[in-house]
Formats: sequence, structure tokens, C-alpha cells
Amino acid sequence: MVETDKKIGWNRAEMAQKVALDIPDGSYVNLGIGIPEMVADFVPEGRELIYQTENGLLGMGPLPEEGKGNRELVNAGKKYITTIPGAAYFHHADSFAMIRGGHIDICVLGAMQVSQEGDLANWSTGAEKAIPAVGGAMDLVAGVKRIFVITQHITKKGDPKIIEECTFPLTGKQVVERIYTDLAIIDITKDGLFVREMAPGVDLDSLQEKTGAQLHQYS
Amino acid sequence: MINKQVNSLSEAVADIFDGATVMVGGFGEAGSPIELIHALIDHGAKNLTVVSNNTGSGHVGLAALIENKQVSKIICSFPRTANSLVFPELYHAGDIELELVPQGTLAERIRAGGAGIPAFYTPASVNTPLAEGKESRMFEDQEYVLENAIKADFALVKCDKADRYGNLVYHATARNFGPIMCTAAMVAIVQAKKIVEAGQIDPEVVITPGIFVQKVVEINNPADESKLVEEELSYPW
Repeated sequence: MVETDKKIGWNRAEMAQKVALDIPDGSYVNLGIGIPEMVADFVPEGRELIYQTENGLLGMGPLPEEGKGNRELVNAGKKYITTIPGAAYFHHADSFAMIRGGHIDICVLGAMQVSQEGDLANWSTGAEKAIPAVGGAMDLVAGVKRIFVITQHITKKGDPKIIEECTFPLTGKQVVERIYTDLAIIDITKDGLFVREMAPGVDLDSLQEKTGAQLHQYS
Repeated sequence: MINKQVNSLSEAVADIFDGATVMVGGFGEAGSPIELIHALIDHGAKNLTVVSNNTGSGHVGLAALIENKQVSKIICSFPRTANSLVFPELYHAGDIELELVPQGTLAERIRAGGAGIPAFYTPASVNTPLAEGKESRMFEDQEYVLENAIKADFALVKCDKADRYGNLVYHATARNFGPIMCTAAMVAIVQAKKIVEAGQIDPEVVITPGIFVQKVVEINNPADESKLVEEELSYPW
């Protein structure tokens, strides 16, 4: 990886790697659609994680070679996948028993907005013309033990995504434990937002400027 | 003698009536019973309430059923996907009603429907717009929302292998909603890639026991939905 002095922030792969480093050996993990899917590429050597995909597979393996996909073996994003030795298939009610029943250790999701109290909005902007689509996000945040969010720090328009209160309809209230952005890793605690790590070229002042809620530093 | 095998797709869907609630298996293309759906289009029953995770792709399968104006309402968790062209148009025109349900709640409502449970409390959707107007209750300091079971008149399901008793085995993630939909429908209609002799499926590996299935029809080479979409085909051909 080439780094220059001018580099500010982490790229998507680096963000995914940061998440992967924080997932303990032996965890059962559900990865959301998009950047979260990349987390699987960065599991540190010596750690064994089992990935669940809510459409009915425990033990999701890497993507198949180009052209080797099976139309009946897909992930939640409907992409072709593979299975690892020791994988298991199940139907949808069992899948969500795993999720809602608290059997999955960690879920990594994307976000439109996260509040300083850990409220998550990631399914609808609430716009009149938009077609609402929720998928499994509400069940995941309600049932999985730890919810990590991975997202760009600000929107394409430059608005902060980490804010005091979500303006979009919620996916869940007080559910997010930690946010991984291109600029920082931030813990959500009962005492507020605490910066755990900052990306290269980022300092607390510049980070605060791009954040719509008060940041704190661990002492 | 019990024999649930029927010899044609048209016979399989013949009893589906106007206004029926029809569950349609599949998660996107995986497990979507495309030949049964096309038979339902030929059959022509209207004003259907469809229960399915998605709304179909392109102009074939479930999307074609919707495009053919046979569906007045859809109960679903994720109505827009990469190639969903038909549903957005009808939805914006106000020609189809949408009941949006979190995916796990959809699965559990179907499971409950098949298991004789009229309703249940779930933590999913609490504090969100999808819980509005629903009864809620506290259990051990946590809030839960009351959700009603869903039952159907018919289910259309795809599987890998079946026998004349209706025992089913699925393939990979094409299983998804199939097993629970079979339990929740009065008449579960299944297309199987292969129908084998009774006894050829090991009882240890049966996923859907035959009691939940009323009709099976053999479709050896089911169409690949994504291929049809790529070729920009529309049903009826």
C-alpha cells in the first residue's frame, strides 16, 4: 500500500480491515450489504470467524471465481458466494431465530445516519417518492449482540452522518456500539461519542468540524 | 393411495381463485418458482395478495405477474432490487398496495401462520415507523411490537427433489422461505427439479415433511430468471 504525506483518511479496504481487527476469534458474524461485505477479506491470520447470511447460510466463504457462481447460492446482496467446509443451510425462520434470538455475536452494517446515542437510520430517507425497503436491518439491530457501523464520515453532499439526532426514519434506537468511518473510529457510550482512533492526516478539530455531535477524547 | 404429483403446471395452479392470498417463495432469483408463476399468469386469477420477500426482476416471474395487473397488494421486505422495473412504476401510479415488513418479522409471521400461533411480540421495528399503530408491550424492561401471523390460500414454492407424499429437499440458499410458506398455506404447490420414488429421500434429510404439501409438479430444467432478464424477455412470451 503506497502512502504519501498528503494522504488523509482511510480508504474502504482500510476501513474494512479496521473492523476485521476488532472481531474476536470464534465470532459468528453477519455482514450487511456494501462496504461491510469487504470485512471478510481482512480477517487476521489465526482467527476463525463464521459468517451468517440471513438468506439461509452459516459458513459463507469467499466469492467464487468469475463465471463459477451458482444461482441458488447467494448472499443477502444476491451476489454469488461459496460455502466453507462445515457450512449449514437453513430456512428463513431459523435464520432470524439466530439473529433475533441473540445467537449472532456481531453485525456490521452501513448507515445513512447515526446519532450520538447510537440510533441508526439506514433504510429510508423518508422522501415521499422513495420506495421503502427494509430487508433484515431492523431484526439485526434488535437481536445481534454488538452492532458495528461502517460508513463514510460525511455524505456525498458534505453533510455529517454522525449527528445529535437522526432526521431519517430509524432502523433502531440505541443500537450502535462503534462507528468506523474513513476518518476515525468512534465509540458510542452512555457518556457520549469517544474517539478511539483517527486516520492519517486527521486531528480532533478537523474531525469535530465534520461531525454533527460533540466528540470526546479518552483520557 | 396418496399421490400429490400433478402432471402439468396448469393443473397445479388451476384452483387459484380471484382475491386469493398467494405466498411466493424465493429470495430474489434463488428459489423463485418461475414456472409456477408463469402458469399463474396463464391461469389469470386476479386481485391477488402476494406474500414474497421481493417484487421480482425484469419482466418475467413475479415481476411479470405484477405487470399483468394480477396483484393488488404485496407483503414484502425489500421491494426494490437492481432489476426491479415493474413494481416501482405501479407503486408510484398507486396501482399496487405495499405492506412493508422487516424480513425476520415476515419470516416469523409466516412461520406463526403455519404453526397455529395467531400473533407474537418481536423487538424488531420498535421505535421505527413500521411499528406505528401496532400494539406494544414491555417484557423485562424491553419493548416489543405485536405482529399478526400470515396465512395463505396458496403457496408457490420451488425445491430440488420431491416424492409423491410431498416430502421436499431444497438446494443451497434456494431454500429460504420455501419450508415456512408450505406450512402457512392451505394449498402448497411445489415445483421440483426431480420427483423420485417414495423412499428415495432419506427421512433424515427431509426438510419439508409431506404433510405440508398438497401438489408437486416436476420441472426438470427450470429457467434461470437472471438469464431471462439479461435477454430482456417478457412473459407472456
